[in-house]
Amino acid sequence: MAHMVSKRPSNSIMGNSALAAAMSRRTALWQLGLAGLSLAAAPAFAEDMIKLPLPSDPRERPLTHDFPQKGTMILQRTRPPLLETPFDVFDRGVFTPNDQFFVRWHWAVIPTSVEINTFKLTVRGHVNQALSLSIDDLLKLPQVELAAVNQCSGNSRGFYEPRVPGAQWANGAMGNALWTGVRLKDVLDRAGVKAGAVQVRLNGLDDPVVPDGPDFKKSLDIEHARDGEVMIAYAMNREQLPLLNGFPLRLIVPGWYSTYWVKMLSDIEVLDKADDNFWMAVAYTIPDTPHASVTPGQTGVKLVPINKMVPRSFFTNVADGTTLPVGSAPLRGIAFGGDSGVAKVELSIDSGKSWQATALGKDHGKYSFRQWQANVLLGAKGSHSFMVRCTNQAGDVQPGTPNWNGSGFMRNVIETVQVTAS
Amino acid sequence: MHRSIIAFTCLAAALLFATPGWVQEKITLKSTSVDLPDPGALFPGPGADAVNSNCLACHSTEMVLTQPAFPKATWEAEVQKMIKVYKAPVDEKDVGAIVDYLVRTKGKS
Repeated sequence: MAHMVSKRPSNSIMGNSALAAAMSRRTALWQLGLAGLSLAAAPAFAEDMIKLPLPSDPRERPLTHDFPQKGTMILQRTRPPLLETPFDVFDRGVFTPNDQFFVRWHWAVIPTSVEINTFKLTVRGHVNQALSLSIDDLLKLPQVELAAVNQCSGNSRGFYEPRVPGAQWANGAMGNALWTGVRLKDVLDRAGVKAGAVQVRLNGLDDPVVPDGPDFKKSLDIEHARDGEVMIAYAMNREQLPLLNGFPLRLIVPGWYSTYWVKMLSDIEVLDKADDNFWMAVAYTIPDTPHASVTPGQTGVKLVPINKMVPRSFFTNVADGTTLPVGSAPLRGIAFGGDSGVAKVELSIDSGKSWQATALGKDHGKYSFRQWQANVLLGAKGSHSFMVRCTNQAGDVQPGTPNWNGSGFMRNVIETVQVTAS
Repeated sequence: MHRSIIAFTCLAAALLFATPGWVQEKITLKSTSVDLPDPGALFPGPGADAVNSNCLACHSTEMVLTQPAFPKATWEAEVQKMIKVYKAPVDEKDVGAIVDYLVRTKGKS
């Protein structure tokens, strides 16, 4: 399905001159690092770096403005891009701006050019009529809109202890957007799903760098694909998607982890048996245990594909190390329920001994971020542990102890920040 | 002045027709072409030849350099995963040097 796009040739990863330039730049940074990362002594350097509150080094990451259609992002990896949303963005509104929405790609062959007039979305497999749909065809189908959180399975992996390999995200591998597009069900109905269909497999325009590497594809059960909520989005916050967020089309799977939200969606294949491809059967699997949690080293646990998200809540106007005056303090943040809405968000300023209700902001639907706020009274000087926890409408509440699995998936422990009253 | 009249007219029209479900901004998509930044950097330090020649085809250096320290067994497993699962064309004779570099750079007992 690559006839309408131009791809980065995989053999031109870098020219010698680029390498040399990058090398000297890297060497300069490295020497600066060796000279001691004194933030006060190196203001220019400090402006371009951010220190993530991870439990061990390395904590510093560059802040980058180098990616197309993206503003300031935390650089986790240049190629294929892993870009994290700086956490202060979440204090500015319930919707995450497109230019600061997190980015995560598995393979480095990403089309850098997409021609709208020739782009086609194919629907094939166990259907009555295979389709090849243009963007115009899709724009003529009934338009639907939905606010939904898109969160990486491994969001917050960097906080895992013991640490696990993988992208060392802090809490910014998530975002909330208003998605506009068409129901996957409507597209499948146009093709006519045959009796006996089991799953629907989604594929995008990205490709493996190595010829026999596993192409990134994800599958949903047929009932899920046809539930009327799963969407094909052509707009994000009412604008076309940034290319790195999946332009021109992205699958939206409300309440489920981002791994299913296939970017640059170009191919829909209805299967008459369960998908056993690597990205379903091996990668993105979790222990079939409460909170997908195991003891480090534990073996013989049944694994299942990761699926529904779980509730989370965060402070957005205070962080570890914030100093507040004694007296009344306004606190606020965001929460989401996972696969059901936010029922309540509660706050503790005494290390979890007592909890108080917070006021919830406007309800943008059960899959959206929901803002919360509360005023607290800081009666005494000194250090305070603030905690926030979300209960969703299904009654699931964030756990008090962190989960652990070897992939660093599904972290949703109650968040704690140490604040000083002075 | 002229501009503000137009703006006012548009606002009035928007209010007039702002019935729920009716006013949907018409969304049009434009063809897009972008350049992605060059990953550039090589792995630093001594003994980096094997990682530089075998690892950078698939991912830039940060994939390794942002990792915390891990035991040697973890790094061996990562290298084998790259070869067996992701089909990285790693020269068998370089595996030892790759693991050595990872342990020296990001190792712990």
